[in-house]
Amino acid sequence: MTFLNGIAASNGIAIAKAYRMVEPDLSFEQKKIEDASSEVARFRDAMAKAKSELEIIRDRAKVDLGPDKAAIFEAHLLVLSDPELNNPIEDKIGSENVNAEAALKETADMFVMMFEQMDNEYMKERAADIRDVTKRVLAHLLDVQLPNPSMIAEEVIIVSEDLTPSDTAQLNRQFVKGFTTNIGGRTSHSAIMARSLEIPAVVGTKTATEEIQNGDLVIVDGLKGEVHINPTPELVEQYKKVHEDFETQKAEWAKLVNEPTVSADGHHVELAANIGTPKDLKGVKENGGEGVGLYRTEFLYMGRDQLPTEEEQFEAYKAVLEGMEGKPVVVRTLDIGGDKELPYLELPKEMNPFLGFRAIRLCLEEQGIFRTQLKALLRASVYGNLKIMFPMIATLDEFRAAKTILEEEKQKLISEGQKVAEKIELGIMVEIPSTAVLADQFAKEVDFFSIGTNDLIQYTMAADRMNQRVSYLYQPYSPSILRLVKMVIDAAHAEGKWAGMCGEMAGDETAIPILLGLGLDEFSMSATSILKARSLIKNLQKSDMEKLVQQVLNMQTTDQVIEAVNAAVK
Amino acid sequence: MAEKQFTVTADTGIHARPATLLVQTASRFDSEINLEHKGKTVNLKSIMGVMSLGIGKGAEIKITAEGSDANDALNSLEETLRKEGLAE
Repeated sequence: MTFLNGIAASNGIAIAKAYRMVEPDLSFEQKKIEDASSEVARFRDAMAKAKSELEIIRDRAKVDLGPDKAAIFEAHLLVLSDPELNNPIEDKIGSENVNAEAALKETADMFVMMFEQMDNEYMKERAADIRDVTKRVLAHLLDVQLPNPSMIAEEVIIVSEDLTPSDTAQLNRQFVKGFTTNIGGRTSHSAIMARSLEIPAVVGTKTATEEIQNGDLVIVDGLKGEVHINPTPELVEQYKKVHEDFETQKAEWAKLVNEPTVSADGHHVELAANIGTPKDLKGVKENGGEGVGLYRTEFLYMGRDQLPTEEEQFEAYKAVLEGMEGKPVVVRTLDIGGDKELPYLELPKEMNPFLGFRAIRLCLEEQGIFRTQLKALLRASVYGNLKIMFPMIATLDEFRAAKTILEEEKQKLISEGQKVAEKIELGIMVEIPSTAVLADQFAKEVDFFSIGTNDLIQYTMAADRMNQRVSYLYQPYSPSILRLVKMVIDAAHAEGKWAGMCGEMAGDETAIPILLGLGLDEFSMSATSILKARSLIKNLQKSDMEKLVQQVLNMQTTDQVIEAVNAAVK
Repeated sequence: MAEKQFTVTADTGIHARPATLLVQTASRFDSEINLEHKGKTVNLKSIMGVMSLGIGKGAEIKITAEGSDANDALNSLEETLRKEGLAE
């Protein structure tokens, strides 16, 4: 029995067999072969196996993800039947007497290189497709198994280095009970995904893929951030109990679904949810969200090969606004760039993408993209309580420029006789320190602030949040961050505006008492964190938390702050 | 030998999806079918060949077919191009 420590990324307990999403060893030796025709037969056999595997994956993808997303597998299948790939490989085996592995690799590498050298970003990415499919053939030649997550048919815990968006898209939610990864933190993609799927996850274990073999029994403790490998029967029993207790507690929290969020001394705050697609509304309702505090519109633009049309966007925005039945919906305009790329825009690679041409900077330059989105939003505005916010605002000039464009589109629509809601609140994300520091001036012109803590922390600490080695600097409770947050909230209130927060910090148990004391008006978090947060706030006295705030703002380190919160909340 | 010229009208050019459709269509015929663009000729039954041309919006392309079902092949390909709004 082994035990790993990691970061608790998504609540709950999962007990199941391990399924490794780890690439097997695909190394081989180049060899001379005696019998070319049997080698060609071996190659054709591997091709046929790879094809039938891909056909199954394609068919599953059609059902699970829709024909649009399955199209990529059609292309992959064609690569395997491509005469320009097959003929040279068979010729090479015949004329040079090399083994099929070597002939395949050499020929495929030639195509990979050809695509990598093309000056079109989209075409460069196709090199990865060719690598991907030829790898499948190579695995069959070597008689090793590639992980096929879409073919899982029993309850499993996924074990991997990291999980990318395309990995997670392939996971069958019915069978994946939990996952654990080597890298990642609470805000990495894999963690966010786990919370929205409501499956327990422990990330950042460093060695999960080394320690865990296929079929090992694994316990993922997403409450404490622990992973147990081949546990004793006693431990399994203990964890079944923990699991039941957690379910009981969840049932207890569930009673708060239709309750307002009020502190013990009667102060009301709003608990809203972060969503990525209209599908996420189900979770918002089940968890008693009082609004949507952050609708990330990027997902409309990702995983496809061209921009979404105004009509597609309109339908999505309308669905969310109608679904929330008049409750507030804060939509963030396109936040692309940084770690979120859109290959079809063919933007040049940057040295420092997080400090580069992204979000509002891109939208103010590529106005066609921006105007289409704003038009779709304005048209949808009559279906609910829409609030629009701009991401990555660093200066008042940027906000004014974005607002002017919005006004122009609004006037155009009105003159065309289209209906647009009369009052649409207009706000900004506060995620750049310059904006937090100048919040008092911004507050005169915006209707609200939403503090994006993930980025605010990375920019304040000058620490890339994708870089493991500086991850210790991701310190939401640092007095420096807390002071910035205070500046923003105070600035909003001085002008009679409201301040929200839509980073991970808003749903964090240690941060919530401080944020309540600071007077934060709206807390937007993963839907699954809402009920727990509501239960926590009901037991807190806001007046006590104000005293706590006075202490922590004058502390020196993060550890002191955590200690003070623990003492105050006891 | 039968041949036809087209101008690509799709905003994204001949990307993975349209290339898939064209290659699937061409592969149904026995004739030898080629695609020409900017002086380069590739086998239209080869997805990597078609993609390697990197055909964008506004590009002039020529499809040639030689064999027993050359005319049928050309007509089917033309239909695919027009129906999918790829080229005229």
